[in-house]
Parts: sequence; C-alpha cells; structure tokens
Amino acid sequence: MPRHFSEAVLVALLAGLLTVPILGIQIQVEGIHVSLEGNPAPVLLAMAVVFLLRLLQVPLKAASGLMHITRRFPLPTHLPTAYRPFLLALVIVAAAIWPFTASRGSVDIATLALIYVMLGLGLNVVVGFAGLLDLGYVAFYAVGAYGYALLSMHFGLSFWECLPLCVIMAATTGCLLGFPVLRLRGDYLAIVTLGFGEIIRLLLNNLDHLTGGPDGIGNIPKPTLFGLEFARRPSIEGGTTFHEFFGLDYNGADTVVFLYLVALVMTLLILYMINRLIRMPVGRAWEALREDEIACRSLGLNPTVIKLSAFGFGASTAGFAGAFFAARQGFINPESFTFIESAIVLAIVVLGGMGSQIGVILAAIALTALPEIARQFAEYRMLIFGLVLVLMMIWRPQGLLPATRPRLELPVRPEAPQ
Amino acid sequence: MSEPSPLALPTTAVADRPLLQVRDLSMRFGGLLAVDNIHFDVHGNQIFAVIGPNGAGKTTVFNCIGGFYRPTSGTVLLDGHSIHGLPSHRIARLGLVRTFQNVRLFKNMTVVENLLISQHAQLETGLLHGLFKTPKYRRAEAEALERAAFWLEKVNLLPVANREAGNLAYGQQRRLEIARCMITQPKLLMLDEPAAGLNPQETRDLDRLINELRAENDVAVLLIEHDMSLVMGISDEILVMEYGRPIANGAPEQIRNDPQVIKAYLGEE
Repeated sequence: MPRHFSEAVLVALLAGLLTVPILGIQIQVEGIHVSLEGNPAPVLLAMAVVFLLRLLQVPLKAASGLMHITRRFPLPTHLPTAYRPFLLALVIVAAAIWPFTASRGSVDIATLALIYVMLGLGLNVVVGFAGLLDLGYVAFYAVGAYGYALLSMHFGLSFWECLPLCVIMAATTGCLLGFPVLRLRGDYLAIVTLGFGEIIRLLLNNLDHLTGGPDGIGNIPKPTLFGLEFARRPSIEGGTTFHEFFGLDYNGADTVVFLYLVALVMTLLILYMINRLIRMPVGRAWEALREDEIACRSLGLNPTVIKLSAFGFGASTAGFAGAFFAARQGFINPESFTFIESAIVLAIVVLGGMGSQIGVILAAIALTALPEIARQFAEYRMLIFGLVLVLMMIWRPQGLLPATRPRLELPVRPEAPQ
Repeated sequence: MSEPSPLALPTTAVADRPLLQVRDLSMRFGGLLAVDNIHFDVHGNQIFAVIGPNGAGKTTVFNCIGGFYRPTSGTVLLDGHSIHGLPSHRIARLGLVRTFQNVRLFKNMTVVENLLISQHAQLETGLLHGLFKTPKYRRAEAEALERAAFWLEKVNLLPVANREAGNLAYGQQRRLEIARCMITQPKLLMLDEPAAGLNPQETRDLDRLINELRAENDVAVLLIEHDMSLVMGISDEILVMEYGRPIANGAPEQIRNDPQVIKAYLGEE
C-alpha cells in the first residue's frame, strides 16, 4: 500500500506538471490588454483525479475483471430459429406503424438513422465480410446524392427513375477505383480510398459549373408515390398531389412519414440482398478471401473479381442511400460529404461488430439518434464518441453484438457414426 | 473467358505426351538462385515425388509451377499449353491444384463450407438465381453439398462435417485439405509434405488415400515429402534436389542406390 501511495503521489505531480500549461494558465482580456493569469483550481482537480485513479487502480482492475466475466454471457444473439421469421415480421410491422403515432421530429430523425443504417450495412459488407478497409466510403454516397441531384436537374428524371441509375453510377465508380487498387495489399486500399474520398469532395467543391461548388444544388424534388407529389400544390401544371388525390387536408407531416417509409423499404431491400449474398457462393468467397487469400487462389478463385464484387456492392449501397439523402434534404453541398462521415459510418460498423448486421443496425440508430436527442451535450459529442470507441476496443473489441456467421451445415445423416 | 480446352485435341496425341512438362526452370531471389535449371515430366496418372534436404528449393518449384512465383526463366507446360506467367487462380482452374506445407484451411468456416468454397468456379449460377433462390440455384447448391458429402466420406471426415475446420485434429485438417483439392476435379494434385506431422498410422492411411485417388480419379500426383518410407513405396518416379539443382531423377530403386543422393543425404565420407 505505501508503494501504491508514493506512486500515486508521483503520478499526480506529473499530471500537475503536464496540466499547468493547458489548464493552469488563463488568458485574461482587459480592454486591449491581454494578460496571462494563473488558475490553480483545474490543475489541482486534475491532480486529485489522477491521484485517486492511480490509488484505486487495483480495485478498478478487479472491477474490470468483472466486466470480462460479463463477456462470457453474451447478449442472446441466437434466437430459437422457429421464432425468427415471426419476430422479424413483428419488428417490420412495428417499424412501419410507428411513424403514424410518433412526432414529426422523431420520424425525421428516424429517417436520418435509416440512411446511416443503409450506409452501415453497405460498409459492413466491404469491411466486415470482405475485410477491405475503405476509408473513403462517403465518396460513393456523394456520387449517389449528386447523381440524383444532377439527373433530376438536367434531365428532369424522377427519384424512382434515378435510383437505379445512381446505384449503377456508384457501383461503376467503385469498380473503377477498386480495379487498380484491390490487387494491392489491404493497407494501400485504406490509403487510396481515403484520398479518393477527399478527391471527390474537392471535385464537388471546385467543379462550379457542374455541381454548383460550395453553394451546392437546391430544389431537389422529393420522391413521389406513383406520381403523386407530397406538396401543397403540384409543381407541374396539371399534376395531382397526394392529399388532393385521396381527398385529405394537406398535412406537412405526410411527407416526413412517407420519406421514412421509403427509407424503411429501401433498408429492408438492402438487408434482404445482403442476407442472400452472404449465403451465396460469392458471399462465402468474400469470407474465404478475408481468411486466406493464397488458399483461395490455389483453388481457382479470382481474388480481384471477388474483392471487386464486395467493393462494388458496398459502393452501390452507398449510392442508393445517397440518392435518398439528396431527395430527403432537398439541398446538398460538399459539406455533407466530408471525411467525418466516412469515419462515422466506419465507427458504426466497428461499434456494431464487424460482420454483424443486427449490431450495425443498432449502432447506426444509436449514433444518429442519440446526438439528436441529447442536443444539450452537442459540444461533447466528439469527446464521448471517442471515449466510447476507446472503451469498446478495450472491453468489447468484437463489437456490441459480435457477428454470428450463417453456418452452412450438412444435413445430419442417420448412418453417419458420431 | 475461354481457355483453350485440352479436350479439343485429338486423344491419340495426348496419350504419350506428359501432363506436366517443366523445362529449365530457374528462380532467382536477388543473389540467391533458389531453383537452378530444374527439368522434369509428370505423366498422367503418375505419382511423382520431389525430395531433397531442407532448403533445397522444392517448395519454390511448387510455387513456380502453381503461379505463386513468376519463374526467372524456363517454361512450364500443362497438357502441352504453357502456363508460365499465368495467375495462380487461372492455373488452378486448368486443373492444377495444391496443398500447403502449413495447412491453409478456412479455419472459421465449417468443414463443409471449406469444400463449397473450392467448388466456387463450378457453382457460379448467376446473381439473380441466387438472390431469388430459383430452383436452378437450389439444385446447384444441393449438388455441391452432395459432392462435398461424397468427398468427406472418402477422406473419412463425414462425422465432423459441421465442425469448424480450425477445430479439427491436425491429421483431419490435412485430409480436408486434400479433399478440398480433389473436389475441383484436378488433373494434377500437388501435395507439399502431406505426411508432415502425421503419426505412422495416419501416414499409412495417407499412402492408401493417394493410391486410391490415383486409381479412381485419374489424377496425377506431384508430391514433396521427407518421409522416405512413404516416398519410396508410393512413387513411380523421384526427383532429388540439392541447393536448387537436380542431382538425380529416376525410379525409387535407382534413387536409393545413387551415390550422389547418398552423399547429399548422409554427407561425404
């Protein structure tokens, strides 16, 4: 104990030394004079905290040992398979009914969360299943968003016509970028995608005549329901709006609910696609390639094509989400596609658990909904975000809900001796 | 992608042509000549062994043939067609597959899944078929499982079919690796030290398995092995390497009595 005590004193003194320049000196402004003034209180507080933490290190370690034990009782990820379709249907129905009962604001936030769910699911295929680190995922998101904005502005195409085009555009961009890079080792991919994300953003910023530069593009039309617009008055002569067609009073919340439902359908579509893909030969190949590329090559699997398919699928998902994002916002500019967006999506995948779809969905909802709900803590957002990531890496590196792979099994044969 | 099909050639010409022809193969890593002018033929349905002291360059020869390294010089012909410089996955699809000195399984996947991965080339039924689970897709998957079950039975791994490959015993992993190769219906199976780490009983089983594969599946086997009793018993022809150079080539009897081989293994008097 005395040894612990003296160590704690030493560490506290060190902490004091380090915090003096940061916390101990305050700038005082008096008229035009600026002076530095000592302020010992925060330094003493920091020293006290460090001292106590150091002193209590042993009991804290024991507590963290308890945390390790909790890891052995994981959250129930394995539902009895018989209940699964039933539960899934229940969740979908609940998610579809919910917006009619909730406030307009929360439905709007939920729509944003669904966009991040789509992005997270798409990046999860690239990072989680195929093991390719993509740090410029936002680039494909931007391609989808600007694709829709420009197509609708110049060619007057509707959202539903643009959606597949945006997916194709994003996938093509992904393949063009991936083809030369995916032959290289993983680290290079991370660097190149990081650069690519920035290049796309800079292009959007500087191609003024095409993208409107930093001013962005406005007046992007919202999706329609079979040609019915959600607006007070039809934007084109002779058009019909949703409320006129059904003889309802105009209600601005209808648009919000409709956008939410569109996002929900799009998310379910992506979820279905991914769940099929990972059980198909191509999905198995993604995983095999992540585990051992040389073994794959020795068995005749073309690594470039397989990686490209994962990368292209991830990109097309981002393009899909991007087109919807542009439609929902009605206005886009390059500020929506900065590196921090890529980082958030990657954090969603890491927090949720790489390869775990339920985990990624929950993490996406948590990371988008919480900052909106806890607006008063907005200043600390990045701090908390970083802290959560660090703590996760220490205690739960496999993510909130670690992936359980869909194992393909040989039907049990009665004659097989066990 | 159309590869020239060897089946299109007149069968009479194939009969006496070696399956694999390695000519003047050399591989240089900087100042080290790891493989120096290796020259040998493997005929269809033959068991051919490459032996030599550690560091003789045997695995490098494998890597050159399989396309994992690009040889510095020389040619490699499979069925009369040059496979020199082709990427390894193309060579594998032409019917030349291998196992590895340190077993390379997909450890987190089940045994059955390992066998499905290697059928990837045959299983490509198209994206839409898979997305909508069409009957064609279901049939292809069922057939693949059927083939996997057949090979698991063959290498005696059926009872552990649904276990994770990484949890198998070492000998079982070795057998799974061979099954994973055989399911691609290769013309030439290259085994890199298949008996390493096996106990005597497992080695005898391996001996029987290799002979069975040759007899029933019309496959030629090229193997690297240190277990002399296995090599001498099983091989039709043996190539001995030392310091990257070939020092002897012939039937087991010849090799056993070759003074240079004895010198290489036992040292000079």
